[in-house]
Amino acid sequence: MTAQTCPRQHQRTTMEIASLEPSLYTVKAVFILDNDGNRLLSKYYDKELYPSMKEQKNFEKNVFNKTHKADNEIAFVEGMTIVYKCSIDLFFYVVGSSQENELMLMAVLNCLFESLGQILRKNVERRCLLDNMDGVFLVVDEIIDGGVILESDPQQVIQKVNYRADENPLSEQSVAQHITDKLAMTSNIMQSAKEQIKWSILK
Amino acid sequence: MIKKFDKKDEESGSGSNPFQHLEKSAVLQEARIFNETPINPRRCLHILTKIIYLLNQGEHFGTMEATEAFFAMTRLFQSNDQTLRRMCYLTIKEMANISEDVIIVTSSLTKDMTGKEDVYRGPAIRALCRITDTTMLQAIERYMKQAIVDKVPSVSSSALVSSLHMVKMSYDVVKRWVNEAQEAASSDNIMVQYHALGLLYHLRKNDRLAVSKMLNKFTKSGLKSPFAYCMLIRIASKLLEETEAGHDSPLFDFIESCLRNKHEMVVYEAASAIVHMPNCTARELAPAVSVLQLFCSSPKAALRYAAVRTLNKVAMKHPSAVTACNLDLENLITDSNRSIATLAITTLLKTGSESSVDRLMKQISSFVSEISDEFKVVVVQAISALCQKYPRKHSVMMNFLSNMLRDDGGFEYKRAIVDCIISIIEENPESKETGLAHLCEFIEDCEHTVLATKILHLLGKEGPRTPSPSKYIRFIFNRVVLESEAVRAAAVSALAKFGAQNDDLLPSVLVLMQRCMMDSDDEVRDRATFYMNVLQQKQKALNAAYIFNGENTHCAPSLNLRALVCVDISGPIQEVRLCLSVSSVPLANTPITEQKTEFAPVATSKLPEKPGPTRQDIYQEQLAAIPEFQGLGSLFKTSEAVQLTEAETEYVVRCVKHTFARHMVFQFDCTNTLNDQLLQKVMVQMEPSEAYEVLHYVPAANLPYSQPGSCYSLVRLPEDDPTAVSCTFSCTLKYLVKDCDPNTGEPDDDGYDDEYVLEDLEVTVADHIQKVLKPNFAAAWDEVGGDFEKEETFALASVRTLDEAVGNIISFLGMQPCERSDKVPENKNSHILFLAGVFRGGHDVLVRSRLALADGVTMQVTVRSSDETVVDIILASVG
Repeated sequence: MTAQTCPRQHQRTTMEIASLEPSLYTVKAVFILDNDGNRLLSKYYDKELYPSMKEQKNFEKNVFNKTHKADNEIAFVEGMTIVYKCSIDLFFYVVGSSQENELMLMAVLNCLFESLGQILRKNVERRCLLDNMDGVFLVVDEIIDGGVILESDPQQVIQKVNYRADENPLSEQSVAQHITDKLAMTSNIMQSAKEQIKWSILK
Repeated sequence: MIKKFDKKDEESGSGSNPFQHLEKSAVLQEARIFNETPINPRRCLHILTKIIYLLNQGEHFGTMEATEAFFAMTRLFQSNDQTLRRMCYLTIKEMANISEDVIIVTSSLTKDMTGKEDVYRGPAIRALCRITDTTMLQAIERYMKQAIVDKVPSVSSSALVSSLHMVKMSYDVVKRWVNEAQEAASSDNIMVQYHALGLLYHLRKNDRLAVSKMLNKFTKSGLKSPFAYCMLIRIASKLLEETEAGHDSPLFDFIESCLRNKHEMVVYEAASAIVHMPNCTARELAPAVSVLQLFCSSPKAALRYAAVRTLNKVAMKHPSAVTACNLDLENLITDSNRSIATLAITTLLKTGSESSVDRLMKQISSFVSEISDEFKVVVVQAISALCQKYPRKHSVMMNFLSNMLRDDGGFEYKRAIVDCIISIIEENPESKETGLAHLCEFIEDCEHTVLATKILHLLGKEGPRTPSPSKYIRFIFNRVVLESEAVRAAAVSALAKFGAQNDDLLPSVLVLMQRCMMDSDDEVRDRATFYMNVLQQKQKALNAAYIFNGENTHCAPSLNLRALVCVDISGPIQEVRLCLSVSSVPLANTPITEQKTEFAPVATSKLPEKPGPTRQDIYQEQLAAIPEFQGLGSLFKTSEAVQLTEAETEYVVRCVKHTFARHMVFQFDCTNTLNDQLLQKVMVQMEPSEAYEVLHYVPAANLPYSQPGSCYSLVRLPEDDPTAVSCTFSCTLKYLVKDCDPNTGEPDDDGYDDEYVLEDLEVTVADHIQKVLKPNFAAAWDEVGGDFEKEETFALASVRTLDEAVGNIISFLGMQPCERSDKVPENKNSHILFLAGVFRGGHDVLVRSRLALADGVTMQVTVRSSDETVVDIILASVG
């Protein structure tokens, strides 16, 4: 065989480990997706990693496709280490480089998940999250600042954010609509619970 | 009724998302209520959330509208609602790069950061630092210093992290805060400790002594934060690597002591640091490996993953160190996280014995379809390594690979498998038939053109030499019927090879060729016509020249040029060959007068297309632009650049040698590294040692500081003595110097002549030979024939190994090694090297060199060529 260069050299598919530059910049990205893989919140802290919105969404889609079937906690996609967790109809992801200490990423993920659990009063599901989106933004802001882990203790995060979930979220929808929504939500929960059970059986 | 509604909601999936149908313009319209008095915190909060949500979804905000919303938002600082204020900070950060004049909020933020409300202070610092530039930073420097040492942890942490972000922008300002950071590092709060350590390291990382002192201090005092410990371990291992300190250094002891830390995070970081250290002995690795072994049975998937991934890394270099963990790894191969299972199996493949291979392969094939492509590639790589270790296992591997080939997967993955199968075929002749059969099956349904052409090329090369070549014909011809142009063309070439090597298949191949001549694509048709004509001649020499050792046809170069000449195949072979053997021959040199008219339109309408100009093509174009060099014919060979000066001298000169049929052009690329000189009329004077004659010098008119320029020399090669291929030139750089002002670059009016002695330039036999790959060396050998064969034996006393000898011969003759003969198998005492090339003037040269290792290397060189002088030249130059 003569030297024939491959037209599409993918740079980030190898699992090679180079030496690690000591740095506080641990987290490359954080995102929360719903159970269709749609972005609800996402923050990219490394400007060079997926600079455009299109690349970001492609990456999220790729990650979602590889992770939503089984709650495996950790995955390796496009050369990045990804730790994740799902709750009813939500997926939480924390992304770090392939060299990053996986347990540090887990600490961030756990902190995010538990803080949100407290803020949302254990209702960690899509509708409730969206109703308290301001609190979610603030929680993420308190945990990670520009890729640096700012706080990893959920109690501290809650204290700093000092946010109270709204009982009756302000909306322009009529009460009837609201009730329908609530019903839809419950059936959504049922649906995703069913999915969860199905997958745990299939595993 | 309600139920129906539900269903609709579920289907659309949007019913329960209050942000789903947000319109940017509507939201910005709503933002006007920010200006109402009194402020309605809840509504404003909701609108800010919408804005941030839209930004997060990738909605584009124009500068105008963003600025307008931003200014409206600043009014909200009047409200004392906590969450609203926090959302304002977030909006400021999100809009910092979109809106204009964000600095107007500086005073509000400064007020919050120094105010009484602790909840505001940290976030206000972080928002402020986002909108601050170097000049403004000095204005808030006092507050930042205070904030860093503030007793409220969130304030201190925020100030430290923001300082870290600003190091890139204003290093000099932040550097002045080192003392404050130092003080913060002894804080009781674990996060403050961590952030202070990170900032201190960033400020000092270029000062190795300071880093070392800092490490010393912190490793002694001990830190509380596990994050800070991880950071310390990384700093220590980096310092160890840089200072190349031995493993008896206190830093290594520190890292090892971290293996006993109570936090798993720290223990893992330490183990990973030890594993990644270069030159670690098995004994030093042992404690790290044993903690990783413990982690293998952790209930946390992330920890198991981390452990097995690190063990996999160890297994690459020290398989024996991991053997102790084999039992734990065995337990992981059924892990529900397939990434962990894959890593466990590939690690076991590296450490396990030959007997366990079958079992592991069976295990892995049970879930290979569930893992991601990245891991599949890891598996294929492990298999590839295994095949080299245990060649006898190739049948198991081959089976496994063929199953993987059938599964879905991306290009990278498929390519890894195909490469692996090809390497198995090349290493183990007995696996050839099964391997080819699997590949045949694969191309029946292959969407990747590159892989299909690669496999077709391989089939053409290997298929005809198998016991039953006829079975491959069907697969190949199917491609002609079904695939894209590039694949069809490659298939035609492969077919021709079968026809040329197997006489009993020839009639059927000819029939198939006939059909290919009706193809809709020009390239395919041309190839078929060409091969048809060649095959019908039934001459071995022609087959060898055009079919086996044509250009690398799987790269699908255009064959128009050949199709054009083939009609005239009965003509003098030598002449036809001349225009084919060197790929870069331009059309002008082909014997146009002898062409039949019906092919002429093809020639003029479609020139050979190349993927891109090669280096030689670029030079050819540059040289053709110089009037003195016209009429030299086409460029035969361009050498690599030779340095004629040391790298750090006043003038840097390197030479590129261009060989033409009867001349050589020397191109001197000169760079003037003196900023107070302008050189003019720069040329290199050459004094040849042999009968070479310098015809022309083309000087470079101007050579300003640091702008490279080229001058040329044209040399005629000695015609009366064709064997004089090597020559040494003594070179002198001659020029007119004009001093000039280093700042403006204005030269003085007067200058003086000066010269600068360069190193000697050698022309060797390699400059006269162009590399040509002959995929089928034996055929080429027969084709050239033994008319001018000569043989001689030499002793290479100074060479100690066969590898070295092969390398020397190749670089000396500058010819192309064929049949992978440049790779000497290990533990062999003899080797045969096949080299092919074309000598200046277009004569094929083939060299067969038998090497034997005794005291030194004995070499028997057999040279064949179509021209006797060439044979003599080669032998003379070797001796």
